[in-house]
Formats: sequence, C-alpha cells, structure tokens
Amino acid sequence: MSVLARAATTPRFEPALMRRRLSGTIFYGACLAAIGITLLAIVILLYDIFTRGLTHLDLNFLTGVPSRIPARAGVAPAFVGSLQLGILLAVIAFPLGVGAAVYLEEYTRASRLNRLLRTNIANLAGVPSIVYGIFGLALFVRALGLGYTLFAAALTLALLILPVVIISTMEAIRAVPASQREAAYALGATRWQVVRGAVLPAAAPGIMTGIILAMARAIGETAPLILIGAVTFVTYLPQPFDGGYTVLPIQVYSWAARFQPAFQEISATAIIVLLALLVLLNVLAIVVRVRLSRHLQW
Amino acid sequence: MVSDLREGIALTETTTTTSASDPRARIHLAVDRPDGHSDDHDTVVEFRGVSCYYGAFRAVRDVTLSVPRHEVTAIIGPSGSGKSTLLRAINRMNDLVPTARTEGAVVFDGLDIYAPGVDAVEVRRRVGMVFQKPNPFPKSIYENVAFGPRVNGFRGDLDELVERSLRRAALWDEVKDKLRSSALALSGGQQQRVCIARAIATEPEVVLMDEPCSALDPRATLQIEELMRELSERYTIVIVTHNMQQAARASDMTAFITMDEARAGYLVEVAPTLKMFTNPEDRLTEDYISGRFG
Amino acid sequence: MTGAAARGTRRWREGAIEAVLFLSASVGVVTTVGIIVVLAVETFEFFVQVSPLEFLTGSVWSAMIRPYAFGVIPLVVSTLMIALIALAIAVPLGLLAAVYLAEYASTRTRDMLKPILELLAGIPTIVLGFFAITVVSPALKATVLPSLGPFSALAAGIVVGLLVLPVIASLSEDAMRAVPRTLREGSLALGATSFETIRKVVFPAALSGVMASIILAMSRAVGETMAVLLAAGTNPTLTLDPRDSVQTMTAFIVQVSLGDTPQQSIQFKSLFAVGATLFAMTLALNLLSDWLVRRFRNVYE
Repeated sequence: MSVLARAATTPRFEPALMRRRLSGTIFYGACLAAIGITLLAIVILLYDIFTRGLTHLDLNFLTGVPSRIPARAGVAPAFVGSLQLGILLAVIAFPLGVGAAVYLEEYTRASRLNRLLRTNIANLAGVPSIVYGIFGLALFVRALGLGYTLFAAALTLALLILPVVIISTMEAIRAVPASQREAAYALGATRWQVVRGAVLPAAAPGIMTGIILAMARAIGETAPLILIGAVTFVTYLPQPFDGGYTVLPIQVYSWAARFQPAFQEISATAIIVLLALLVLLNVLAIVVRVRLSRHLQW
Repeated sequence: MVSDLREGIALTETTTTTSASDPRARIHLAVDRPDGHSDDHDTVVEFRGVSCYYGAFRAVRDVTLSVPRHEVTAIIGPSGSGKSTLLRAINRMNDLVPTARTEGAVVFDGLDIYAPGVDAVEVRRRVGMVFQKPNPFPKSIYENVAFGPRVNGFRGDLDELVERSLRRAALWDEVKDKLRSSALALSGGQQQRVCIARAIATEPEVVLMDEPCSALDPRATLQIEELMRELSERYTIVIVTHNMQQAARASDMTAFITMDEARAGYLVEVAPTLKMFTNPEDRLTEDYISGRFG
Repeated sequence: MTGAAARGTRRWREGAIEAVLFLSASVGVVTTVGIIVVLAVETFEFFVQVSPLEFLTGSVWSAMIRPYAFGVIPLVVSTLMIALIALAIAVPLGLLAAVYLAEYASTRTRDMLKPILELLAGIPTIVLGFFAITVVSPALKATVLPSLGPFSALAAGIVVGLLVLPVIASLSEDAMRAVPRTLREGSLALGATSFETIRKVVFPAALSGVMASIILAMSRAVGETMAVLLAAGTNPTLTLDPRDSVQTMTAFIVQVSLGDTPQQSIQFKSLFAVGATLFAMTLALNLLSDWLVRRFRNVYE
C-alpha cells in the first residue's frame, strides 16, 4: 500500500494498483503481439515468394512467353499487357475523375445534388471488383461490341478506380486554402479561371499521387479481368484494340492454379515482377508528390 | 450609363492631382468644408442605404457613405462590427458566400454594381483587393503579378506591366533579379507588396485593403503605410483597420462603424481624419478613439 | 471587343465548361444505374427459367453437373463462413494493432508501422491466394489438421483475414485518434490507468467508427474473389465445417466465365443472378456501415 492510501481516513479506497497495472501490461503485450503476428505474416509471405521464385528471375523470364514447360516460360506478354492496361486506364480515368471532383468541390458545394453525387460515389467505392467485371462484360464487351480486348478491360477498370480517384482528388482540392481562391476571384477571374489557375496547380501533388496509386491498385486486379475475357495462355504481345491479351495477375493465377511445384515456382517469379512493378509505382507517387509540392508552403 | 469596360488595358498616364501633395495641406483644405468632402475630389464609390445580410442575420445596417477619389479612406471600429463585410461589398466578394445578400446600392463610376446584368467579374477587375494575410500564389513573382492581366485578357507588353506594377508597389529593386523565383520565398512584408503589385496590375481604380498590416512586423507595416500614401495619387484606397494609430497616420478620411444591439454594423460618423481624431462629433466616436471600448 | 460582347462570350464559355464537368460527375451515377440495370435484367431473365423461391431457398447448387439445381444457399453460406473466419482473425489483430498505434506508439514508431500496414493493404489478392496454397494450407496440414485437403474454407478465411486486417486497423485507429485529448486527460486525472482509459473512455467513444470498420471489412471479405478461389476451391456443397472445400459466390462467378459456357445458357445467366445477390449483400453491408457512423457518431464541441 502506498503512503497516500495509508494516510486517508474516509472514504476508504482500495486502489489495487498492482493488479490494475498488471492487466494494463498484459494488454500492452497483447497489442505488441498483434503487431508482431501481422509483421510476421508479411515477412513469411515475402520470404516464401522470394525463395520460391527468385531463382527463375532472369532475362529469359522477363522477355519470354508462356510455355507448357515451366523452365522455359516467360512473362513478357503479361508484363506488357499490364503496362498497357495501366497507362490506358489512367488516361481514361484521369480527366473523368478530376472533372467530377472539380465539379463536386468547386461548382456545387452545398447543394442536394452534391450530396446525392457524393453518396453515390462512396457506394461505388464499396462495390466488389468482380461486379465491375460483370458490368464491363455486359456493357463494353457485349453491348458496345468491343469484344475481349484490352481496351474493354481498360474501360472497365477505369470505372473501378474512378470513385477512388474522385475521392482523393476532392481531398487534394479541399486542402487548398480558401485564401488562394479569394485572391484569384478578387483579381477578376471567373470560376473556371480560379480553378485552372489557382486551385488545380496547388492541388496537383495530391491529384497525381492519387491517380498513380489508383493505377497500382488496378494493375493488381484479377477477377474483373477474367470476366471480361483476359486469356490465360497468351504467347504474343497484345494489341490494345484487337486481339487477346493477358496481364500479370492472370498469369500468376493460371500458373498457381496448376498444383505442380514447378509451375508454382514460376508463379512466384511472376509475383515478384508484379510486386516490383507496384513498388515502382508507389515510389513514383512519392517522388511526384515531393517534386510537385516543393513550391507549396502553406 | 454603363461605362464601356474595355477588354484590353490601355496604358494611361494619370494626370497630376490638383491637390497639394503635402498630406497636411490636403487635410487642411478638407477641414474647411465641414461635411468632409472636398470639391477637389469627386466621389468614386458611394454607398446608398446599403445593408448586408448573411441569411437572416444583418451584418451591416443602412450605410450611406461617399468614398472620395484619390484619397485614403479608413474604416475603423470594434471587431465584429461588419467593417470587412462593408469593404467586400465594394468588389462583390460577399457574393461568394452562398447565404449573403446585399440591399441598397453601391454606386461605382455612376452605376449600381448590384444592378441585374452587372458582371461581378468585371467589377473585380476594376476594384482590387489586398488581404489580411499575404496570399501570393505558389508561383513565381512574375506569374503572380501577371495572373490578373492574363485572366482578364490583357493584350500588350506583359513584361512592362509587371515591372510597372512592381515599381508602383515599391518592390521592383528588391526582386528585379529574381522574378522567376517563388513568391513564397520572400519575407512577409515583401509578399504583401507582391500582393499589392498583383492587385494593381489589373489597373483598378480602387484598391481595397483588409487589415493589410496585421500579419506584418512594425517595419514592414510602416513601409506599407508609406506605400498607401503614394498609391493614393493614382488609385483610391479604402482600408479597414483595427489599429487607430494607423488610421490616424495614414488616412485622409475616416469612417467609424460600430455594432448596435442586434450586432448589425452601422455608420456612426465619417470625417476627415484630422477632425475625427481631434474633434469628433459623436460621443460614441470619442469613446472608441479614446479607448473606452472596442 | 466591347464589354457586353466579352461578357457574353465569357458566360457561354463558363457554361460550356460547367456542362462538361457535370457530365464527368454524372459518370458515377450512370455507372450505378448501369450496374443495377444489367444485374436486374439478366437476373430477371434467369428467374424466367428458375423460380426465385428455388434460387433463394434451395439448398443445393449444381450449375455445371446434371441434374441442375440452383439453390443459392450453399454459396451464400460458404461466403459468410469464410468472411466470419476472416473477421475472427482480423478483428482481434486489427483492433489491438489499432489501439497500439493510436494510444501507445510514439510518433516515430507510428510513422514506421503505418506504411507497413499500407503495404499489407496493397498486396494484390492473388498473391494472398498464392500464400494460402503454398504456406497456409501446408502449415495447417503439418501442424493441427493432418487430414486437411488442398482446399479448405479455413485456409481461405485466414488469408482473407490478413487481407481485411488493414481496413479494421486503419479505420479504427482513425476513430480512436479522433477522440479528443481532453477526454483521456479527464480519465487519467481521476486516477485511471492507461489501459482503463482505453477500455472505458476511448474505445466506447470510438465505437461507432470501430463497428463501421468491422462491417466494411466484412463487406470486403464477402466480395473477395481470387484468394478464396485458389484456397477454397470450387465445391459448392452446403457445409458448416471449415475444413471442407467450399465455393463462394465470387468463385462460382469466375468458374463460369473461365469455362466455355455458352452465353445464352442457364449457367451463364445464373452468373448474373449470383452477382446480383452479391451486390445486394455488399450494398446492404456498406449502407449499414454508413448508418452506424452517422447515427452513433459522437459530436465533440
């Protein structure tokens, strides 16, 4: 018992400090354990992938085409397909996303229409990616007759990431201080001139980061692409508007689904390539943000 | 009638003012006329029964006030009394607040700027504004000053316009070698002068200043006050300030605004500055100036 | 150009720009309407051949093998089972991690750990599916469940749990950090320990955000495809045993499109019906999550 407790007369407390502190320590330990388990899982996952797949990572793999013989298989069509898909969908989603965000943030701020549009976008962000695949199949592949092409896939995935792009662009725009807008308005600028001259340049780092990260997310998608006809055995480099194509995640799946160890190894190698591409995109996003915000000091 | 608002900004050399350049001489002239207006200076902006509302709340009540041309007019009063709202009524910046409403007429160059059919964008080219906290764009000094002329379709020598504006803002010598560097790299006082140069680059007739020195150190403050004096030879300056010494030092005319019981701002008194601070007519004015409230 | 003419051109141009921006914003609405229309139309066509009652209440699903049966309950149960296993992993780990990040970690530690959580969130689901079949399943088989087959709901659930863990951790942490300092200080000043403050003050105050994060995580788990496809297989039996191979709604959808199913066949149409069910479920979960946040959010002065 502490000195203070002994001195107290009425009312009497029994603080039981030791027991309570013990529970706290146990809890803290549990928190650390949770973090530890999570980190451990990540480490094991990466370790497994790298030990399985690194041996096959060579120039042949990067430039070759898939083959029935695992040792000779390559990932070039899938890699090129992923790159083409990523760039195409970013080009489609960027103007739509930024335009929508500008409209919501600068043109209709407090109206009911605005709330309706924003709720709608929030809901779309939560729709499973496979449902987008179903929609893309029905609309782009069948109804619009685009067939099983990379272009249809780019349109579908652009819709998939559109809500995310809109939300991150809206946040970037919101972060621009009101005083910047006021200064531009006071100089006699119209609303669009304010947006183009003062708001968008200041929001550019956040906008670019958002689109690059969304692009990375789309490149990792598999299920919607299966629905819209990405083929699993492609031995040629894809033409976006024309014939069959494949992308890295699909290649990973098709190799992993054959349960032979040899195929699982090259599946891991393909995963390494995919992860490398994603890491590169994330690094690019950070670099872009740093470079563009050098001029901004709020 | 509606004056023809030109698309291009013609280079005009202002005529030399007829008043003596010595500030004290000017005030002396004005004091001869007890109504506060000198016949040498016509009115450039006139409030006629102007009330400003934010939704149901009336922020400014029934102000009638004439702002004389080529002078520095200060609006003083306790905080929250609607001074900024009144100032922003001149360039229709209150329009940017969705619930804002203005009643009465604000007559600029013979035309009520709140009349239907008047485009606020054009009003804002002709009435410039400098804000409390310097807010240059995160661009180069040149780009900041060129922004206004560019959006308003300036056809002419932009380099010359930028230089002239920076000279008139007493900043040219300090930045002429680094026009392409970021405006945000300058000191607070310099940034505010960039904002002044930016505002006058659209060749306005009136420049509004909303407590332009409150974020600046004393030395920069004095620089801006001297600058206001120089600028008033070419432009009309209207400044809101909570600093009475500043109003006494730097203005020709002073208007005192305070709140009534409903927290609406109303005009108590307007007079030449010297008279306002030595012999005010209204008891409230005297109380405010001697620091008894506000 | 005179002032009036310039005004006119400018007004026209501003109007045109606003119209273009409005069109961009309406792509979202068009997408939502489109998704609903597509699902509804195709499902309706499906219901012409298979009664809605049989679909919604039937307990046998056999779309590819005769005799055909289209009772969706096995798919739904499998989906929910895997989602619940995932939550069983993600909720404790995620919440404890969130508490650590919000209450115990120093800024430097948090700056180091948060990117790692982002990393986990950014791993493509196919990679997690791979992890399930190469590590998780064999590990389970080697340790606690020697009779485990290559496919199991348990392996899928574990991996999906890892997948949604960042959702719970991140959103719960935000909710806890949003609780004002003064509340914590009040509790500590009364002589409560750190742990008690978390348990009795911070966590209850952040409860709506925490619950919303859990529901969102469940929605993600329900919508997950590749990880469960690889880990759980394509066996649409109705079972509650996590050791069995099962087929989720999403896995079935993929199975149909991987095959050579003709587009007018009943199997193909069933894809849309299952898709509609999936969409309805995730929509309901997302709306529930929103409602929770709105209804029970504490407003701090």
